[in-house]
Parts: sequence; C-alpha cells; structure tokens
Amino acid sequence: MPTVGVKRDFLFNALGRTYTDEEFDELCFEFGLELDEITSEKEIISREQGDSKASGASDLILYKIDVPANRYDLLCLEGLVRGLQVFKNKLEAPRYRRVSPDGGEPQRLIITKETAAVRPHAVAAVLRNITFTQERYDSFIELQEKLHQNICRKRSLVAIGTHDLDAISGPFTYTAKAPGDICFRPLNQTKEYTAIQLMSLYKTDSHLRHYLPIIEDKPVYPVIYDSNGVVLSMPPIINGDHSRISLQTKNVFIECTATDLTKAKIVLDMMVTMFSEYCAQPFTVEQAEVVYPDGKTCVYPELAYRKEKLSGEFVNRKVGIRESTDRIAQLLTRMCLLSQPTGVGDEIEVEIPPTRPDVIHACDIMEDAAIAYGFNNITRTTPLTYTVANQFPLNKLTELLRQDLAAAGFTEALNFALCSQEDIADKLGKKISETRAIHISNPKTAEFQVARTTLLPGLLKTVAANRKMPLPLKLFEISDVVLKDESKDVGARNSRRFCAIYYNKTPGFEVIHGLLDRTMQLLDVKPARGEGYHIQAADDSTFFPGRCAEIFVGGKSVGRLGVLHPDVVSRFELTMPCSALEMDVEPFLGFTAEVLLTHDVPMQETFKHQFPARSQSRPALPSRPPTTKTVFGDMSSQAGLEALDGFLADRSYMEGFTASQADAAVFDAIPSPPPRAFCHLRRWWSHIKSFQTERARLPPAKSQFVLPPAPPASDAGEDDVDLFGSDDEEESTEAARIREQRLADYAAKKSKKPALVAKSSILLDVKPWDDETDMAKLEECVRSVAMEGLLWGQAKLVPVGYGIRKLQIGCVVEDEKVGTDLLEEAITAFEEYVQSVDVAAFNKI
Amino acid sequence: MADVLARRSCGLGHVRFEKTTSHPASIGASSMADTGVLEALLQRVEKADGGVDSLAAAAGLGVDHQVIVGAVKSLQALGDVISAELRSSKHWELTEEGTETAEQGSHEARVFSSIPAEGLPQAELMKLSFGKIGFSKAMSNNWIRVDKSHEGGPRIFRTVESIQDQVREKLLLVKRGDAAQLDEKEKNELKKRKLLAEVTVKSYWIAKGSSFSTTITKQETELTPEMIATGSWKEKKFKPYNFEAMGVAPDCGHLHPLMKVRTQFRQIFLEMGFSEMPTNNFIESSFWNFDSLFQPQQHPARDQHDTFFLSDPALAQEFPPEYLERVKKVHSEGGYGSQGYKYDWKIEEARKNILRTHTTAVSARMLYKLAQQEKFTPVKYFSIDRVFRNETLDATHLAEFHQIEGVVADYGLTLGDLMGVLHQFFTKLGITKLRFKPAYNPYTEPSMEVFSYHEGLKKWVEVGNSGVFRPEMLLPMGLPEDVSVIAWGLSLERPTMIKYGINNIRELVGHKVNLQMVYDSPICRLDS
Repeated sequence: MPTVGVKRDFLFNALGRTYTDEEFDELCFEFGLELDEITSEKEIISREQGDSKASGASDLILYKIDVPANRYDLLCLEGLVRGLQVFKNKLEAPRYRRVSPDGGEPQRLIITKETAAVRPHAVAAVLRNITFTQERYDSFIELQEKLHQNICRKRSLVAIGTHDLDAISGPFTYTAKAPGDICFRPLNQTKEYTAIQLMSLYKTDSHLRHYLPIIEDKPVYPVIYDSNGVVLSMPPIINGDHSRISLQTKNVFIECTATDLTKAKIVLDMMVTMFSEYCAQPFTVEQAEVVYPDGKTCVYPELAYRKEKLSGEFVNRKVGIRESTDRIAQLLTRMCLLSQPTGVGDEIEVEIPPTRPDVIHACDIMEDAAIAYGFNNITRTTPLTYTVANQFPLNKLTELLRQDLAAAGFTEALNFALCSQEDIADKLGKKISETRAIHISNPKTAEFQVARTTLLPGLLKTVAANRKMPLPLKLFEISDVVLKDESKDVGARNSRRFCAIYYNKTPGFEVIHGLLDRTMQLLDVKPARGEGYHIQAADDSTFFPGRCAEIFVGGKSVGRLGVLHPDVVSRFELTMPCSALEMDVEPFLGFTAEVLLTHDVPMQETFKHQFPARSQSRPALPSRPPTTKTVFGDMSSQAGLEALDGFLADRSYMEGFTASQADAAVFDAIPSPPPRAFCHLRRWWSHIKSFQTERARLPPAKSQFVLPPAPPASDAGEDDVDLFGSDDEEESTEAARIREQRLADYAAKKSKKPALVAKSSILLDVKPWDDETDMAKLEECVRSVAMEGLLWGQAKLVPVGYGIRKLQIGCVVEDEKVGTDLLEEAITAFEEYVQSVDVAAFNKI
Repeated sequence: MADVLARRSCGLGHVRFEKTTSHPASIGASSMADTGVLEALLQRVEKADGGVDSLAAAAGLGVDHQVIVGAVKSLQALGDVISAELRSSKHWELTEEGTETAEQGSHEARVFSSIPAEGLPQAELMKLSFGKIGFSKAMSNNWIRVDKSHEGGPRIFRTVESIQDQVREKLLLVKRGDAAQLDEKEKNELKKRKLLAEVTVKSYWIAKGSSFSTTITKQETELTPEMIATGSWKEKKFKPYNFEAMGVAPDCGHLHPLMKVRTQFRQIFLEMGFSEMPTNNFIESSFWNFDSLFQPQQHPARDQHDTFFLSDPALAQEFPPEYLERVKKVHSEGGYGSQGYKYDWKIEEARKNILRTHTTAVSARMLYKLAQQEKFTPVKYFSIDRVFRNETLDATHLAEFHQIEGVVADYGLTLGDLMGVLHQFFTKLGITKLRFKPAYNPYTEPSMEVFSYHEGLKKWVEVGNSGVFRPEMLLPMGLPEDVSVIAWGLSLERPTMIKYGINNIRELVGHKVNLQMVYDSPICRLDS
C-alpha cells in the first residue's frame, strides 16, 4: 500500500480547517485511508542518519498517509485534498477539460517503428501557464515518483518525463537507437554521456540502478528528441538536463512511454488532472498529438468521462441498506462520481471521471456508495444460509491422532515446509534426485530451495536447537510433505506424514517401535501379516545398517522406522543415538460416508446454469500443453498389466484414497484375474472385486485411465487425451458416441459375469439323546441332508459332559436357497438320533 | 526425588548450618534412624535447668554438632516435645593452615629448627614446603642470617640460640578454646596470615516442650498397604508434609501452542457450520492463485520478490479449458459488466507454478467446483493452512505462515451480512468491539479491513481482512449472477503470539522453537 507524506499545515490550509490528530485519523478511517505516522522531516533524518544530521531540518509536522493501491488519484496532496473536500461536501468535483492550444498547432510526438522492439507506446500532453511554488513543484516531482513505484511497476510498464516546453521545440520524435548512438547531457550532470556510459554510470546509483535492467539487454534504447535533435529523455532511465523543469517553468510538456498503453493513458491523466489546478485556466489541459508509425494520429490526454447506469436497488441489495435513489446519487457524488437519478424507475446515471480508473464494474460504484454511507453505519445482519459442517477427513484424522500421540508422551513440533536441498538429501545420506522434491527457482537463501519431502530433518533440527533440554527428547509431527506427482494438474501433491523421534543416551528403538504399535492400535490395525501390519528389515542409507525396518500395512509399505545412521546424527550436529519413525497417514483414512472434498477441479465443465456466453465461438488456445493422463494400454497384454502393476505399487486406488469409477473402469478392462506375479495389481484387483455390489454408488472418476477402443479411422497417439480440445458440435457427438460405446461395453461385460451370490458359513451343534447314541450314524444322517445351495464342511465331536458328545459340523449355504430354519427342521427329522440342533456360529461370506 | 525428601523432612530446607555439606533433607533422614542420640539428647534436656545449648550437647555427647542439629529437627517434627531457639554466636577457629601450624609450629620456627649449626644452603631451604614464607618471617624476626658470599652459594645460619614460637602458642590457645586471652590486634594479625578465621556458629537452645518426654515414638513418613490392612495407621503418627514444595511433574507429551490455537479456530468454524476445505496442496498454479481471482498479471504480488516460483515442476499442465478462456477474456477485454484490465493476458504467466501465497487459491477451486454442480447450493467453507511469501524475514514475518480463511456463498448476501458474520466469528474469539475500514484488494469489492479495540493498547488494531468477491472472479466460474460470496482472512500466528506472549515468531514456529515454552504453554481458550 503506497504511503503519501504531506505537510500537515499545508494539508489543513488546503482543507480550509484544522483537525486534531484524532479527528484527522477518524476522517481517514472513514474514507479508507490510514494515518500511518505523524512525524517531521527532522525526526525522519534523525532516525535514519542520527541527531547531528537532523539539526538543520524542518520541524514541520508531516502526516504519512496510507492510500489504497488502486487510488492513484490520492497519491499527492492535491488529489487527497480534492477527494476529502468532495467527500465532506465542501467542494464539487472539478471537471477536467482537454483544450486546443490558443492559436497554432498542438504539440506532436512522432513514434518511429524502431520503438516496437523495446517500448512501443507513448502519450503526451501540455500543462500551459502553470504556476509552481516550491510546495507545488515538490508535490509534482513526488507524484511522478509515486506513480513510477506503483501503477508503472517501477517504470517497467510506464515511465514519465516532464519537460520545460519553452526550452525545446516540437515536433518531438520518439525513437529507439543503439546505445552507442545516443549521446546527451542527463539530468544533474555537467557533461554528455553515451547511453553505454550512462548505464555504467548509474550502476552504482542507489535510485536509478533499479531501472537499468528494463532496457539493459535490448539492442536499442528508447529516446525522445525535439526538432533540433535535443534529447528530452531516455526512458525509462533519465531525462535530459536541457529540458529540466524548475520553479520558473511556465509550460510543461509531459510524455509517458510505455509497454502497456492502458496504463500510460491512466498515468498521463493522473499527472494532468492533479496539476492542471495550477494552470492559468484551472483544470484545463492542452492536448498533444501522437503519431504512430502507421500514420495513425491520436490525441491525448484522453480525459474520458464514462457513464454507467445502475439501479438504486442494486446498491441497497448489495450493501444491505435501504436508501432512496436520490440519496444514493448524493452518496456517489461525494465520492467524485457525479450521479443523478434518471427518473426511470430507480435508475441512477453515474459519471466516472478520468481520475477514477479503479472503477471498472458496478460493484466498484456500489462500494463507493457504501463508503460514503459509512461502513460502520451499516446494520450488521446474520445471513440465513443453512449448511451442515464437515471436517476434511484427513485433518480430522490428524487432529485425533495428534491428541493421542501427545498422550503417548511425545511432544509436537512444528517445522517449516521449506528447507535446503541438503536437509532432505545429503544430510540424510540420500541423493536429491531420489527425493521427488519440488525445486524453488527464486530462493533468497538456501533455507528455501525445496519443499520438504520428509519430516525427519525438521525434527532433528528441533532437537539440535534444544540440546539443553533434559533427555530423553521425544518429538513428533504430523504434517504435509510435497512430492512431485505427474498425475496432478500442477505436477506435485502434498502427502500427510507422521514422524516421531526418540533422542537419548541409548537408541531406544524399542520406544519408537512401541510408538508404532500404539499408533496402529489407535488406528485399529492389528499386528499381523496380510491384512494387519508388520515390519520387516530394510536397507536405507538414513538408518544404521541392520537397524531399519519397513512398515507394511495390508501388505503395502507405508513407512520406515529404525536407528538413525551415526553420520546422519552428526550431520545434524547431534551427539546421542536417535531412533525415528516416519510413515504415511493417508492410507489410514478409510472410507467415509461424508461427501469428500478435494481441490482437484473437473477439467471438463458440466454446469447447467451456465452464464449466457457473449461470444459463440471460443478460439482455441494458442498452445496445447502436453497431457499427463496415464493410460496403461491394452489390459489383455502382459505389458499393460505390468504398467498398471507398477502404477499401483504405491497407490491404493486409481485416484485419491477411495474407490471410484476409475477403479471400476480399469477393473472392467482386465479380462481375467491377473497373474500372481503382479502382486500390487492382484491386491488391488481383489479389493475392487469386493466392491461389486456397490460399484454403482462409487464416486465418479476424475480422469481417464482406460481408453475406449480406438475408432479404426483414428490415427491419434494412443495415450494422447486431448484435454484442451474445443467443445464444438462434432466433438461432442464423438464424446457422446464414446460414452455410449463404453456403457454398452460395460453392460456387455456385466451380463457375462455370473451374478454374485450371497453365501453364509454356518456352524451347527447337533446334540444326541444320550451317551449311547451312535455318533457316526448321527453324522451320516446329518450329511445325508441335501439341498440345492448347501455344502457340508468338516465335523468334529465335542464332549458335553457325562460322556455325552455333540456333533459340531460346518456348512456353507446360499442365503437365498437355504435358511437355518430349513436346515434345523431337516436335521431334527432324524429324531431317533437327534435331540436338538443349534446354530453355533453364522457368518456372511 | 529431592522434592519428595524435602516434603517429608518438614522445614529443613530453610536454614543452612555451618559445615553442612550434605542435603538438609538427608540429615533428617539419617538422624531419624539414630534414636540413641535423640534419647541421649532428651535426657540431657530433662536434667538441665532451663535448657541446653546444642553445641554443648554435641561436646558432651561426643558427636558432631550436625548430628545434634538433625536430632533437634527430628524432635521438632514430632510436635511439642522440645522447644528449640535458634541462636548464633561468633567465635575464632583455626584454619587448615592454622591447625598445621598449631601442630608443627609456625613456618618461621620450622625454618629455624631446620637450620643446623653449620648452616644450610639457601637453595636447599627453599625446597622445603614452608621455606619461602618461613624464611622471610624468620629474617624479619632476626632469627637467621644469609651469607651471600659463602662458597657454593648463599648459605643461611642461625643468629640466635633458641626462639619462642609465639604464633604457635597463640594458636594453641585458640585451639583450646581460650581465644579470649588474645587481644583483637593479635587475632586480626593471625587472621591476615590466614591461620585464624572468625566463624559464625548457629546453635539451638533446647528446652522442654509442652509435651516433653524422654521416650520418642517414631513418626511414619507414608501410609502403607500394611497399615491399611492391619489398621495400624490409627496408632501411628505421621510426619507432616511440606506443602511449600512443588510436586513432581507428570511424564507427558505436549501439543504445540500454534496447533492448539488452530484446533480452537477449527472448532469455532465448525460451531458456525463451516465445512473444511481440502488445502493440502502447497503447490499451486498462478492461474488458481492469481488469475482466477482477477488479480492482474502485472500485480506486484506476482513479482519474484514476493512469491516463490518453482523451477521443477515449473509449469502447470492442465486447466479447465472453457473456464480458462473466460478468465483470459475478463482480464484482457472485460465482460460480465466489467471494463476488464485491458492488457495482454498470457497463458505462460498463468501456467507458472508457485508455492501458494494464500489459501484463497483453494477457495477459488472450491467455488469453481460449486459452479459445476447441477444446482447451486449455499456453502460455508473454511480453511487453516500454510501459505508462502518470498518476503524479508523479521521477528514477526516468516516465509511461511498459516492463513485462516472463511467463505460464505449464497444468494443475496450483503456487506451487512459480512459484517454480521465477522461479528459472530470475532465474538467467539472474545473480541466484541469491531469496526471496518474501506480497503483495497484486487479480488474483493467492497473490501474491508477489520479493526478491533485493544483494551491494553487503548487503540484500534487491525485483526483481519475481508470482502465480497468480485463478479469478475465469480461469474467466469459459472456461478449464478445473484450469488454473492463473502470472505475473510487472518493469520494464525499473530493471535497465537498475543495469546502466549511470544515476541519472536521464530521461537514459536520452526525448529528454533523453545521446547520449554511448548511444555509450559497452557491450554488455549480463545474467548477468555
């Protein structure tokens, strides 16, 4: 936010009254300014250079006022006063007029085609018969500087040159020349320099050196000459000394050269609207002609007044007030937006002056009405928006885990996501190329070279910074690391990790291992191979050889734990043994019934209430970025399966962390159960198979993994999905056709599959009458029961007491065909042997 | 352990006695075991009229004074068995060197006696431990002389036949306890020679207490399972606890203060019915971070000095193509009732990957997704997550910090609604006095800075930023025209630093954190 320094007494003089500091602060607040500091020149010098230098400086009170970044019309005393006076209803906003020179031709600025290579635009105007005082002059210079720093983006977009018109004679030529061919005496210098010499002269200039890079590497430098070959300026670096303005200057020629014409026009309008106040004819500006290389002539300054119409109801509705149309027009007029009701309904016509280029939409006008009304006079209301809150499941899990990890005796650390390459690679005994780290192109220090790919270095650095604390140190962190991931639109994704370390005189592997067991307990994962979790020895250069294990959950690796390698410990300036654990959290998310929010956006639009498009045809993008979609090729081929197996090696699902239609689609594309050799694929395949009943309810796929059969005519690359294609009629028919085709394929596949049959496993207790019952015969009888969908399993005799034994026999039944009642009935029918039948266990398969 | 002992040995921690080198608590413990001393002391007290001095008692019983002091403490702990009044007296005592001198004679006397009649080479004398000091003293006493011209180096001879070692005699007087016979000048001279020292002796004047008895019952320190089982606790006397001592710190882990505050902010949003946005994407394209928010491509925030750009992966690969076209158009040409910024919008600039500078990038994605729904439904979203700025670092600014953001999208929301929601939100933080200042933000219009009155500073301080998203941002997304989206944001670090009184942000966030601060930080209640 730019800050404008104004002398308090001049300000109050111009405002026509005095204020206390508090009163003025209040006025600023209301108007959207901020009285940032009350100081004096003396105070500033004494603060920056010491008291001795300040002794001669002025004691006058200075107000430093923060101005919103889009209000260029408030960047000088003149504009501030005008804005506040109009706001306080003490002044009517002036009307700025462009006039022709009294008798004679307007000044001309001719642009040559050479400028196209470096700085193609220029605009110009003349302030005629201006009267400068020291104050006005200072303000004039200061405004140029403020504009240069803000809207001109440090002169890169626009550079302003102001000249004493009486020292030069038009027409002027704006051209571009090789640096060696430009030679002139620059402002405040006593001799002439070539542009090349100037560039080296200003290399050490604290102010000008910042602008050198704008043109430094260009083959030609921009330069403006008058009709006698006098150099006015070499934008955006420096003006010529010959045409410098002074307090005595009467007629000022202003030129703005630019790479952005819109901004050049705004800047010129600002300069002339602010200072035409001091012309013999206040608020008039003498026009100048700019002739383009193609012969076209434009007249500047534009000083365009634009008219907008809006309804009073719009303002009331958006702000939340109930004001009459007249009153709203008055409010807007106080913001320098001259407004009046048109008489048609509640319509208001608003005139946007050239000083307000920030007003580009009705909402800007609405805001001004709200400011004039007073933000703090608006009634605060509660919206009736009804919503049900959901937590982001990953954060919910993280929050719950954090609590219990602290309860397990570990203290939470909070480390930076950015770090040096060394932290995540060399110090951990890894190569940076192995880390999948993203790299920052413009780090100011080595601390910001990469985003961390592991939480471990942060925890080790925390320990190193807290070596004075009593041992043991037990720390953990659950936070995100960033990994490159080509499947994402930006090519990278976050991954939530849990990391813990134990630092003591002994390595304490058992402590970290115990924490793993506790964590798994918290996550409801049992210690077991297969579905549960287990650890097994692994090699990892970060850890001490033979002291590292990999953590497997459901057969999938989720992280590692172990005793850190002594070299790693030393590189983090630590002296004690240390054990650590780091694992992924996301695999434990599980399935949630809530709607899952992700930041992945759909790449194809589906919305129904589409805003009326203004243009019917949308041009295609100039460049088509390569697609990153993963397509694995033919799933009936070995190569296709192999690719998919690799893809699934570290993923649970095709997309994200839950099953989706993407999984279903790829599943369908695999003709037969994959061979055992593809363990990842097989694991995934079995898992997805279990979704068969609810697959219709799975969330839709976000990206395409399986191609529909290619139409024979198409010779497009197999794996090139055209995501930036235009959506014209022909292609949408094609898309529809493909969709139909896929649906048909899917239906066909589905019909071929046998319908899934619900089955149960039942364990029956069959009790005999007494100890003399022939149990072999009894079993034979039971097994003789035969029904469709009934399969007998193993049986054994279990002692009940007094020498009596019961028969325990298992069977598998199809739920739809065999009921337990039916079974019991059939067995008790052998009443000679059977006293009773009970269901000991019943499990759905 | 020390705390436990301090608590059991009531009162012992406060006065230190001379020569006390062991922990005061341990005196109580050891003397407690030595009931023999206790009873002997009590018998002496019984016989004495008026009372006995602990020093005298120690001398009489032939034990160290400390043992008696311990006994006094133990007896005091039993109740009013005895009364003990602390007295202090000064007396002279031999130093270590003084004791040596009293035993073996002064250095000068020893020098004298080591010189045989035929004299001794000076060099040889100097080899003796007392040689150097004794030599000069003996010389000044005129007991010896040096013959420097003697053959084979300087040689020392006696000058008198016999000497009287007055120093030793004086010290022996002191040792016998008759220091009073020496005058102050003599004592001070010996003190200067570091042979004597004046010491302050603290002793007790022990007299009978109101419940005096020569037999003692041993006090129990703690209740035991056996006492409960046998009921013996009813007969036992228990040593009083020292409630002045601190307890033993529990062995536990701790949550990070910033995360504690985050939890509370999450809670507040959830209480207000806001759903959490998935902000787990630090890497963002300039498109979602800036362009979709109608932030022009020349905006200073998009400068290398303010934003971290990526060299790998440098460019984003995918955007919704129709939306991208609409964004390009609204920037370069306007539309949706806007004049636009009228500049040459470049896809190259939009594709540049960055570390997101605000979580509003995620809000933009969420709002775009909302616009893709079959039918618009009102939403309230929030997020609290990291954002990154390539800024100059100081005590209050880091290159990464946590941004708190709230967003409400519904038909017909007003500026008054935004103020109302902010009022409710800040009330939950315990901030009720709010006012709003017009401000500027490229993607909100109106924009308001939120100020709260700080009772401590007696002035209004900025607590957050807010606004209504611009139509140029919302309409290209495809949101219905009469839907308004209000939003606000603040940093998590600032309220946390105020809450926990931390002045340097580096002590709060990052590896330089002070773990003691983490251990000691109280729970977070924002509204109190």
